[in-house]
Amino acid sequence: MAQLLKSELVWWRSFNLLLVDLTSQHVRLFTTLKVENNGTDSVSEVLLPFPDHQSKNLAFLTATTTEEKGKSKSSSQALPIKVVNPEGMPISLAWYSASLPKELGKGGQLTLEIRAVFTHALRPFPEKITQADAQLVVFQDSAYYLSPYVVKAQSFTVKLPEPRVESYTKLENAKLSGSEIKYGPYENIPPFSYTPIVVHFASNGPFAVAKDLVREIEISHWGNVQITEHYNLIHAGAESIGEFSRLDYQARPYLRGASAFRHLIAKLPPRAHSVYYRDEIGNISTSNLWGDSTKTLLEIEPRYPLFGGWKTSFTIGYGLPLHDFLFQSEGQRFLNISFGSPMNELVIDNLIVKVILPEGSKDITVSVPFPIKEWQEMKFSHLDMVGRPVVVLEKTNVVPEHNQYFQVKYRFNNLSLFREPLMLISGFFFLFVACIIYTHADFTISKSSASYVAKLQWDEVQTAIQQFQGVMSRCLAIHDKLEASLRDLSRTGDAQACKAARKAADSSLKELSKELKSLLAFLQSSPQAAQILPKVDELVVKEKELQEKLMLKHSIVVDAFEKRSGGRDTESRVASIQQKITALRLEVDDLLEVIDEI
Amino acid sequence: MAAPETSPTPSSLRNAFGHVFSFFILILIGVLAFSIRLFSVIKYESVIHEFDPYFNYRVTQFLTKNGIYDFWNWFDDRTWYPLGRVIGGTVYPGLTLTAGTLWWLLNSLNIPLSVETVCVFTAPIFSAFASWATYLLTKEVKGAGAGLTAAALLAMVPSYISRSVAGSYDNEAVAIFALIFTFYLYIKTLNTGSLFYATLNSIAYFYMVCSWGGYTFIINLIPMHVLLCIVTGRYSSRLYIAYAPLVVLGTLLAALVPVVGFNAVMTSEHFASFLVFIIIHVVALVYYIKGILSPRMFKVAVMLVLSVGLVICCTVVAVLIALVASSPTKGWSGRSLSLLDPTYASKYIPIIASVSEHQPPTWPSYFMDLNILAFLVPAGIVACFLPLSDASSFVILYIVTSVYFSGVMVRLMLVLAPAACIMSGIALSGAFDVLTRSLKFQLPGTSEIFASDAVDTGSESVILNKDGAKEDKSEDSVKERPSKKSKKKEKEKEKEKEKEKEKEKENAGTLSSRSHAGTSSRRPLVLPVEASVIAIFLLVLLVAFYVVHCVWAAAEAYSAPSIVLTSQSPDGLHVFDDFREAYAWLSHNTDVDDKVASWWDYGYQTTAMANRTVIVDNNTWNNTHIATVGTAMSSPEKAAWEIFNSLDVKYVLVVFGGLVGYPSDDINKFLWMVRIGGGVFPHIKEPDYLRDGQYRIDSQATPTMLNCLMYKLSYYRFVETDGKGFDRVRRTEIGKKYFKLTHFEEVFTTHHWMVRIYKLKSPRNRIRGKTKKSKSKSSSTISSKSSRTRKKNPWN
Repeated sequence: MAQLLKSELVWWRSFNLLLVDLTSQHVRLFTTLKVENNGTDSVSEVLLPFPDHQSKNLAFLTATTTEEKGKSKSSSQALPIKVVNPEGMPISLAWYSASLPKELGKGGQLTLEIRAVFTHALRPFPEKITQADAQLVVFQDSAYYLSPYVVKAQSFTVKLPEPRVESYTKLENAKLSGSEIKYGPYENIPPFSYTPIVVHFASNGPFAVAKDLVREIEISHWGNVQITEHYNLIHAGAESIGEFSRLDYQARPYLRGASAFRHLIAKLPPRAHSVYYRDEIGNISTSNLWGDSTKTLLEIEPRYPLFGGWKTSFTIGYGLPLHDFLFQSEGQRFLNISFGSPMNELVIDNLIVKVILPEGSKDITVSVPFPIKEWQEMKFSHLDMVGRPVVVLEKTNVVPEHNQYFQVKYRFNNLSLFREPLMLISGFFFLFVACIIYTHADFTISKSSASYVAKLQWDEVQTAIQQFQGVMSRCLAIHDKLEASLRDLSRTGDAQACKAARKAADSSLKELSKELKSLLAFLQSSPQAAQILPKVDELVVKEKELQEKLMLKHSIVVDAFEKRSGGRDTESRVASIQQKITALRLEVDDLLEVIDEI
Repeated sequence: MAAPETSPTPSSLRNAFGHVFSFFILILIGVLAFSIRLFSVIKYESVIHEFDPYFNYRVTQFLTKNGIYDFWNWFDDRTWYPLGRVIGGTVYPGLTLTAGTLWWLLNSLNIPLSVETVCVFTAPIFSAFASWATYLLTKEVKGAGAGLTAAALLAMVPSYISRSVAGSYDNEAVAIFALIFTFYLYIKTLNTGSLFYATLNSIAYFYMVCSWGGYTFIINLIPMHVLLCIVTGRYSSRLYIAYAPLVVLGTLLAALVPVVGFNAVMTSEHFASFLVFIIIHVVALVYYIKGILSPRMFKVAVMLVLSVGLVICCTVVAVLIALVASSPTKGWSGRSLSLLDPTYASKYIPIIASVSEHQPPTWPSYFMDLNILAFLVPAGIVACFLPLSDASSFVILYIVTSVYFSGVMVRLMLVLAPAACIMSGIALSGAFDVLTRSLKFQLPGTSEIFASDAVDTGSESVILNKDGAKEDKSEDSVKERPSKKSKKKEKEKEKEKEKEKEKEKENAGTLSSRSHAGTSSRRPLVLPVEASVIAIFLLVLLVAFYVVHCVWAAAEAYSAPSIVLTSQSPDGLHVFDDFREAYAWLSHNTDVDDKVASWWDYGYQTTAMANRTVIVDNNTWNNTHIATVGTAMSSPEKAAWEIFNSLDVKYVLVVFGGLVGYPSDDINKFLWMVRIGGGVFPHIKEPDYLRDGQYRIDSQATPTMLNCLMYKLSYYRFVETDGKGFDRVRRTEIGKKYFKLTHFEEVFTTHHWMVRIYKLKSPRNRIRGKTKKSKSKSSSTISSKSSRTRKKNPWN
């Protein structure tokens, strides 16, 4: 602070040449200062104040000195500029200070060239126009160079895009010639002199402002740098009101639609390839591409002409050869690529640059020639496992002057290149191997194990036993039929029918016994049936016995009926048989139950 | 050549080789089906086509962004303003879920494809699946050869291409696959009687229900086939297994889809399946009872049941008829009704009739969409009758019904296409079979073998030859090997053929003895060499023509996305990208909540591309609402302004082709607007817009026509383009050339004037306009007229 205060005491003598370039929507202020130290102390800094309303639009500021060595101008040198806040100065001023390369002694002289770029400094007036109107803008500044120092002599030139000027502040020595307005020369201006001037003029240049621009720079070590730029554009000039008539626009495009802009030109690096231009609903077919060895020019036309206040958004993308932008030094790689948009005459309110490095990059450092916000992210793309490191740089208020090269340094192992192809190859390899193994190996749960076989056999035995039971029950049913026929006999007395019934029963019993034989053979052969076999055999024997007894009883009764012999005799015989039959029947039923339980 | 040493039997090797070969053919067919649909991407760009696909795309975007649960509950307030639409409950979710799953899968593998890309390529992928499903289905019907031919034909049938080019992201794209696959599983179940396939069949049917309203075709065709089988005495337990689980599980699953819901049991479209379900159970019961009872008893029982059953049936039918008749559409939805009665739609539902794809097709469109298939189908039908199996009878039924339906609606040509491909595949492969066989048997090199074959019989000959071949091989000298090998190959082929033949014959059961088949039945099929050579040549030529036609159709006729138009002029290709220009303008330069009114055709595109709220869209669920827009378009300016204002509309979008000659513009659709509007609001009368029954816009047009909103918005300041106002679509000068708009102002017109967007003037301007109007006479008459119509206007 002390030094700054001291520098205030210094008497300066300077001769200023100011030039304001208003031909585009950027306001470019070129100032040539010839500085002389009239004070006693030597100084090392020059203070550059800007009024607040300008400084908030200030996008870019450089100061260079040109040391004159003999006749040839040479070695122009950029000076570091920082924001300072000197005390005791008038408020509503923003201060920047440029440090001189070497201290300026008493009576020393120096030429400084200051270049400042402002955005949004031209205000459309009127703010709303119709399709037919030309766009008028207002520029406000001071005719005198705002300086904390005494200005010896100064001239001020305003350069306009068209000779059409509505009005300008007429000071003494002000002169309009063609598309230039000259103020001055003025001499011996005290510090902090301020004389507002207003220039109202026609400007139909494109007032294209990118509200947001996201640039993605994706590096592939397979030989490509892919750049994708997402634009969110607005025509920031005078707002269009009223009808838009395509007829008028097509019939007299430069009269009715002068304020609209039709196309933008992007100056891409040479050897750009795979250029595309689209928006979220598809390709935009209105674009042109030329190229030569030094540049590639892409002329893009939005889907519709942009009138004041109209917006659009689109994406352009292109690939660049890797070896033009990626270099190697000391085991590190560094990417050297331009920062801003390839489109000239574009104001970018908010620019985000994302540098997507390949998966596995380490030790990332970024160097950008001007202050920016910076952080890192991760992005997952094509078959990534750990993700790609992304360097994100954010800057507001970007003008074409920011289109400088910046560097991203990182370390990357070449072997990482093969990670994804190898992953794919091994993935398919294992898939096929799995297929081969699956087709060649038998994964069915073993059918040869003892328990499984036993279970199968047991199932068979069970079915056999079920069949056996079925046969038995059918036998018993036949027995019941025989009994029934006997009852019928006693009721109707038809011996023939009874005999026939016996015959039928006999034959069907024989058939059943055949079935039984086969079933028994099976049961005997199978080891599983061993425990149940005695019961089955017993049952068969008992059933046979029962059968015989029944037949006996039947024949006795029938005989007795035919012979009409005495009831008592037969009854006694029958009764004994009947006893046995009931006993047997009970046993058979018991056995059946036992088998059933198994 | 190392393989023969490792594998024990050459025939199994040949089998394996055949499998691998047909596998590769199938893969190639899939690639063909996919790549023939990429013309649209190569010639135009990777973009969603047409109208409905935009809606599906939008739904998919919503699904991928918000997840499945939000999707089911999605109430869309950006369409059908102010009613809104419950998307989750009214959309067939199959396609959306499929593409959403695909996208999710790819993204979880870190393959960052956009939703749009996935949507664009869904249809080609599924057409590859569809051709594989066709292979499976035809293989079940007539064997692998026919299957491959049918799959190849389907891969490039123009009718299907028209609905499944890359970018045409529509329900049909996946539904055709689902349809064929469901049929395949049905046939597979019918052939195997496996409950596993029956369950799969229900699931495939569920997928079909999810995908497309055309599922009713399945649920009516399969019952028809089951009924046919029962009537022709082909009832079997396999048939029962194929059908009963499908109805039970299928209906349950179908009811899970919100858009179907209780319709699966309530609407008449499904009654056939339930009726047949009852019938098949009755038949099953009868067969069971027949098994238990003696024939005499059975007869008595049948008499008893029939007499009682008839009475019950009559009462039930009477009740049903009474129920159905009490509902206005007789329980059938409008589209289905217009299928059954082709004149229904034109009589009662102008909205359905107004869609060009709901019109009956013309004869040339059969040739265009099916080409040679149209001629091969009859041959295929004949081939299906030799012999007639359950499966082939199903295919016949399929083709017959689909031919009928395609005759009613152009759109359903799509259902006919697979059937035609299957039939033609069967016919072609049958023809090639016969011809190549007769060639083979008569070529000098193979005649000996043929003779020896003819002497030997059946499987013995195979074994003998096999032994012979082995001996040959062992005795071969190095020199002779190649020739011998080729011979051997031929021999083996021969054997293969025989085996297949015999298998087929066995399956068919036409021939009594196997040994007989070897000699006698083959002879009559042999044609003279010259004839068969010529026939093969002609057949190949025919198929080549088909391929050429398909490629042409895919490249020229069906690949245009219809949102980008191109014209070939002497100085190169000219692109008309007006639709997207307008939608992009709307999306960037209007307020997010502004409402845009247009005819319903452009509703889906406006919501999807411009993201603005629309009044009506292509989901024509509310006729009154559409009629309101139609009424507004056909009303004079003031009345229209009032209708639109009452709907909170800020912008009106019209499509106008008069400057560049784009024929499907709003003026050409205007009569439908009048009809639909007049159907609900009787003060719009169609005759008012016609001069002597003719629709015209020149100086002879009626004043109502010349003063309606559509006319004014279309032709506003049109006359200043060429001084005469010559309309290149209607090929006349327009009737009313110089007029001013009082209630609307032009805010945007695209480069070729194809889309014009107007803004409703705010009411304050209207008052100022009125004071002006009182000065001029002509406009005062208009205003008096509009005030008259306003009284009838329902929106006041």
